[in-house]
Amino acid sequence: MVTRTTPIEEEATLLGEETTVLEEELRRLAGSVPDPELPVLSLEELGVLRAVHVRGGGAVEVELTPTYTGCPAVEAMSADIARVLHEHGVPQVTVQTVLSPAWTTDDISDEGRRKLREFGIAPPRTQRATGPVPISLGPTRTAARAPDRMADAPPDASLEADPVRCPHCGSADTELLSRFSSTACKALRRCLSCREPFDHFKEL
Amino acid sequence: MTVTAGSAAALALGDDALVLSHRLGEWAGKAPVLEEEVALANIALDLLGQARVLLSMAGDEDELAYLREERAFRNLQLVEQPNGDFAHTIARQLYFSTYQRLLYAELAAGDGEFAPLAAKAVKEVTYHQDHAEQWTLRLGDGTAESHQRMRRACEALWRYTGEMFQPVEGVDVNWSDLETSWLESVSAVLRRATLDVPEGPRSGAWTAGAGRQGLHTEPFGRMLAEMQHLHRSHPGASW
Repeated sequence: MVTRTTPIEEEATLLGEETTVLEEELRRLAGSVPDPELPVLSLEELGVLRAVHVRGGGAVEVELTPTYTGCPAVEAMSADIARVLHEHGVPQVTVQTVLSPAWTTDDISDEGRRKLREFGIAPPRTQRATGPVPISLGPTRTAARAPDRMADAPPDASLEADPVRCPHCGSADTELLSRFSSTACKALRRCLSCREPFDHFKEL
Repeated sequence: MTVTAGSAAALALGDDALVLSHRLGEWAGKAPVLEEEVALANIALDLLGQARVLLSMAGDEDELAYLREERAFRNLQLVEQPNGDFAHTIARQLYFSTYQRLLYAELAAGDGEFAPLAAKAVKEVTYHQDHAEQWTLRLGDGTAESHQRMRRACEALWRYTGEMFQPVEGVDVNWSDLETSWLESVSAVLRRATLDVPEGPRSGAWTAGAGRQGLHTEPFGRMLAEMQHLHRSHPGASW
């Protein structure tokens, strides 16, 4: 869907041989591009760069996967990758969006998680099972009056077993303010120890 | 325009996502609280992303979104219903997100052309369903006023829910199993929210049911006029 091509300015000098070494180098370059919305993270650390292929005639094809299907940052990422590779002498860059296998927050590297925390964003928890972690608002009136009537409500065991920690003070005593925040990939939480609100990169 | 079964199916699913995305976008600037403003816009963005992939499978996404007439849209009548009060929006979200999650989970498990998108989108839609369920519980089991409004909304939209399970050519799922799962899931949430499962008909006379054939309800034309106005007034314009 998102395809961007830089004009061919000169005849390509890249060879089809030894593509592995070249592709690794190009992948390193493409992977070093910062995420447009979370510039502390590189695309490699975010885990959205899938592959770099050198095609004939100096053309390079990059496979990128979106975090969310509607993520508007994909177009900026594609443009940034094309620009960086172009600056390093690649005459023709095509960035293709691939959906399968679907990106998950488990694709964010350990280094990426550390940087997120330093940036003030609680990193996503590693998922044992796929899919979002069940979370809930406070008890409804019925539940507050007669807790046993809510026995069929989904348990919060996974949340208690692995709490979202405050990226500022490290406290595990945090609460959800809104499951949707400044971007599609984040939820808004508040620390009950230091009282600071913070974003949580929610599990996907 | 002749369409294959595959692209007809992409149109049906893509139009559902596009139209609901636009409806949710109408809340921007007037949602009850800031957090909901952000939540509804985020859900709309997820749906728009799905719509772009699906419509691109059927043709040119911009032409399909902006230049088709009302009768050429294949979305369910449920998703074109106006936002109403917040309870109506939540009831529409509950009914549709439950349907979409079950449908996408089935498609993701298969190896058809929709599997890659469905595998990606089902994770997003699970958050939409969770959001709708939490609000259904909060409104249904809240004050007398919120209970009354949520009940009214669930009943008003009930007759649009039978249409969701009309088989779509090119979508290989067991529609009757899907409907059973949907009824179980929605009924469980309504009961927990102290709401009665509506008793009105979901198919047959006095129900909706021709969106997939291109017949739409009156509010849809006005929605399309707003959605397509800019593109039609300034053909080929760009930022």
